[in-house]
Amino acid sequence: MRASTTSHKLYKALFVTLLLAAALVYLAPLYVMLTTSFKGIEEIRNGNILALPDALNTSAWSKAWSSACTGGDCYGLAPYFWNSMRIVLPAVLISTVIGALNGYVLSQWQFRGSNFLFGALLFGCFIPFQVILLPMAMLLAWLGLANTVTGLVLVHVIYGVAFTTLFFRNYYVGIPTELVRAARLDGAGFFAIFRHVFLPLSSPIIVVSVIWQFTQIWNDFLFGVVYSGPGTQPITVALNNLVNTTMGGKEYNVDMAAAVIAALPTLVVYLVAGKYFVRGLTAGAVKG
Amino acid sequence: MFDYLEKQLPKLIMAPTAIVMLVCMYGFIGWTAVLSFTKSRMLPQWEFVGWEQYGRLFANPRWHVALDNLLVFTLLFIIIALVLGLMLAILLDRNIRNDGALRTIYLYPMAVSFIVTGTAWKWILNPGLGIEKMVRDLGFTDFEFRWLVDPDMAIYTIVIAAVWQSSGFVMAMFLAGLRGVDDSLIKAAQMDGASTFRTYWHVILPVMRPVFFGAVVILSHIAIKSFDLVQSLTGGGPGYSSDLPATFMYTHAFSRAQMGLGAASAMVMLAGVMAIIVPYLYSELRGKKS
Repeated sequence: MRASTTSHKLYKALFVTLLLAAALVYLAPLYVMLTTSFKGIEEIRNGNILALPDALNTSAWSKAWSSACTGGDCYGLAPYFWNSMRIVLPAVLISTVIGALNGYVLSQWQFRGSNFLFGALLFGCFIPFQVILLPMAMLLAWLGLANTVTGLVLVHVIYGVAFTTLFFRNYYVGIPTELVRAARLDGAGFFAIFRHVFLPLSSPIIVVSVIWQFTQIWNDFLFGVVYSGPGTQPITVALNNLVNTTMGGKEYNVDMAAAVIAALPTLVVYLVAGKYFVRGLTAGAVKG
Repeated sequence: MFDYLEKQLPKLIMAPTAIVMLVCMYGFIGWTAVLSFTKSRMLPQWEFVGWEQYGRLFANPRWHVALDNLLVFTLLFIIIALVLGLMLAILLDRNIRNDGALRTIYLYPMAVSFIVTGTAWKWILNPGLGIEKMVRDLGFTDFEFRWLVDPDMAIYTIVIAAVWQSSGFVMAMFLAGLRGVDDSLIKAAQMDGASTFRTYWHVILPVMRPVFFGAVVILSHIAIKSFDLVQSLTGGGPGYSSDLPATFMYTHAFSRAQMGLGAASAMVMLAGVMAIIVPYLYSELRGKKS
């Protein structure tokens, strides 16, 4: 008996060691990004990628934020950070509202063909976007929205609604339909029931949907690179341009500071609301 | 009149989504399909040439490099991410203290964009100053690690970065699955004297089959759509040695004014995704009904 508890303890120690080692490996890139961003160029050339910086040198950060060159111009990432915000906030808001209403209809007010509609929409979560890139570019040009923030908001709403609808539909499907029936007998209408019965129950799924959409749209590169022009690019595109701009010597510290700036909003969201983030991921993993 | 409107309200609410979906998903897929049968280059041209673009596509060595890369990348990415994710989940499932903090660490890369991931790994794998220099500084002065600039190895750098980004997600899926396994099943197996390994192999893993398939579908979906990571990590290079179909499509449709060819490659990508997704959705939805 004693022997088995010692071996049990040994195993557990081994497991914990393995888990901690894995944690170090997962953290390493973030560590390298942060330490590199605080080093000077000389220090980077002579030193070791894992070494701590000699001093907290923040010049790379201010350069990445306000004066680094991203392709044509040299205003740093700041304008593109705000571009991303101007794209993300309305797109998240609109797609979540539409998704909530859609989910409400598809789960509680089913009509003939509504299940088919849901299936058709679900498929949209999976299409490789390459297959819609060219026609969408033509549509945006035709609408006069090519290379505009509004155009990007529109694209993100259109292809985000499939996901938000899925979230809300699967959440509302768990609410008994008797609730709607009873409220209707009391004379409540479609919107009144939504407002007074469903909305108060919806906080968790609203958080999931907002976080999912925020991360997806903030991190988007494909739509950003195809449908934006000079001045309207989102931060992912600007970061890629910054890293690939080869004027003068390569400034790895500025690259890393820029990468952290681009990652910061979604990282903060993840740290604050990680639980909901995971839920979105697994719900986005399609449970029909 | 008002009553009638009220009755039609659910349909009215769904109508915009349905119309936009019909146009911007299915209509656009059809449009791309039509484009792929035309001579379109810089601008759409409606001169039909049958399967010519597909012929050109599959005669293009660059497309074959992209397809081979996709196969290598998808297989390695899925296998490594599954094994790593499953191992982490099994270890975490053994009543480890502070497992919340560990889970947070394994999963944070998923919150970061592929562009950031690519930028970070491009620096870590930098032939002059990254891992290579670190190991050389340790005294191994002949050490070489230049996969990023080696046409034969560049695709594997994409595997490394993609696994780092996505394996935490697989861990989360498996962990949720493991926590959902009925405790009495495990107890029964242990009463029968099964070892921990045998319990996992014969009792727990079979129950996890749906989770496993779900993870494979999502990972292969990520792999086929991979575009950002390649753009930021290798740019498809050296040369076009680490191209994937997604970067091929982008380059030809938007930078090289080969719209018809780009459309054809997009249609092939769609066919690939459908081959995986349709059976999966079908079995998921059918399983729910029975």
